Amino acid sequence: MASAADFSRNRTWLWRALAAPGLAWLLLFFVTPFYALLSVAMGRLDPVFSSAEPVWNPIHWNPAIFPEVLGELFGGRLGAIFMRTFVYVGVASTLCLLIGYPVAYYLARHAGRWRGLLLGLIVAPFWINYLMRMMAWQNLLAVDGYVNRFLMFINALDAPRAWLVGHHETVILGLVYGYVPFLILPLYAALDQIDSSVLEAARDLGAGPVRTFLHVTLPLSKQGVMAGVVIIMLPLFGDYYTPSLLSGSPRTRMIGNEIDLFINSGVGGATGAALTVILMAFITLLMAYYLFTVMGAARESQR
Amino acid sequence: MIDRVIRWWRDPWGQPRLLQLFVWAYIAWSLLPVVIAVQFGFNEGRSRSVWQGLSLRWYFTDPELSVWNDASLMAALTQSLKLAGLTMMVATPLGVALALGLARWRGRGSKPANFLLLLPMATPELVMGVALFMVFIYLFPFIELGTSAQLIGHVTFTISYVVIVVRGRLFAIGRDYEEAAMDLGATPAQAVRMILLPLMAPAIFASLMIAFAVSIDDFVISAFLSGGAESATIPVRLYSSARMAPTPALNALASVLLFLTLLAVAGAALVMRRSRDRSGARGSAVEEFARLS
Repeated sequence: MASAADFSRNRTWLWRALAAPGLAWLLLFFVTPFYALLSVAMGRLDPVFSSAEPVWNPIHWNPAIFPEVLGELFGGRLGAIFMRTFVYVGVASTLCLLIGYPVAYYLARHAGRWRGLLLGLIVAPFWINYLMRMMAWQNLLAVDGYVNRFLMFINALDAPRAWLVGHHETVILGLVYGYVPFLILPLYAALDQIDSSVLEAARDLGAGPVRTFLHVTLPLSKQGVMAGVVIIMLPLFGDYYTPSLLSGSPRTRMIGNEIDLFINSGVGGATGAALTVILMAFITLLMAYYLFTVMGAARESQR
Repeated sequence: MIDRVIRWWRDPWGQPRLLQLFVWAYIAWSLLPVVIAVQFGFNEGRSRSVWQGLSLRWYFTDPELSVWNDASLMAALTQSLKLAGLTMMVATPLGVALALGLARWRGRGSKPANFLLLLPMATPELVMGVALFMVFIYLFPFIELGTSAQLIGHVTFTISYVVIVVRGRLFAIGRDYEEAAMDLGATPAQAVRMILLPLMAPAIFASLMIAFAVSIDDFVISAFLSGGAESATIPVRLYSSARMAPTPALNALASVLLFLTLLAVAGAALVMRRSRDRSGARGSAVEEFARLS
């Protein structure tokens, strides 16, 4: 009788053949585009039309554009936008965490028989188009919209305010509204995994609810917090539609808006490509840091 | 009152009412704006911020501006449906085959392949959109921007979702059935076709629906790869007309998109739950989805 190992050896060709088309697709349409992106960023400029011209041979790539673009990001023409992107992403992720943590905590520890329903309601925004969710706020924040009328009703405002023109707080509201659900789920998964006997032990040993939370729950959920924050930071750094839908003013532009403008205006393709590469490099660092800490923690917990 | 607050504080395993209130407030905040946006799609008047009475004007009856009668809105709806349908038909077979291959293939190359699979999910859409835009402009100029480029982009980021759904089911099935089939003389290909595929049917259906929902929901890739107004999908249309004094027809259009997505998701959830019930597994389909996203 043949052993299981024989079977899997004999079948390897089949599994490879099954995986081949999908992998070929990813190589052709996921990996190759990044090669094209690098070729455009480090390519030539057409002397007549000053449009980007890719250079396909990596030996002839000219990385001079990166110091140039980095110079603009740090203190140059794009400096303010670069800083603003970081401030928006920082403030939005902090607020997301402050809102998301209690929700995830309740869901994991106290939801009881309501858990299924609550989880469904919390997952629902995933399946509502992001742009529709922003459009909903356009309706609410219109000059004659519900928000202005409510604020005037409670006398917080004397006259309606034009929320949708160049207000930082509106953009941050939009970003928080848009991305909180993506933070809650990984947090919930992490909090749900905490063994409740550990918490009971803390209580039995005399720790109050606050101390139990601060010294047991919070440290144990650190990985979930990290995962959630990284998960929302990835799209946050690449966002351009939230500021343009909820503000549309140059005062609230993010780095994504610049990339969008460079690419879709037809000129500045190389600069746009270089900015995208820089963004990608930055995000890769973020991911690497995250994976590094997660793996470190996993190794620690196995010991 | 203060007494009760103290009692909640002292009783660590009781219901924390404040927290409960916070959670329900959060849920209201996260869903009510959308409900209101859907409501304005049924507005009698032209406003998207003041309620003027119920009507189907912006869906059907307005002769020029309703979703049904405005050719450009209808075109966006058709484009969205066409793209999502095609994406589902292309991404699911590719993803199912890839999942089968990766779940069973242990050897050189399988680790990088698994890693490659996760990358599209970790790449911000803007980066992927720009990269795909560059590849179609400069390297594959024979693929024009528009439906075909959009389809390729959508399939690329949908494959990973399909693989994750199907692979989960494959692990649950285990290898016993196919090994039994082969002990009884089936070839590997026969075992896949006659044993694994039928067992995977619910997961395949779920991934069809998820591919549809993910594709119809996409904005960034569709926008970067659209060839012009005629290949604008509903989200692209929501973006481009938001600043041009839109009518409630835009809300109606967005609501149609919402209904279609929810239909696909509900279908997937239902089938996944039924198959889990039959196999005796516990846990809700919603939790499955939570883990997926």
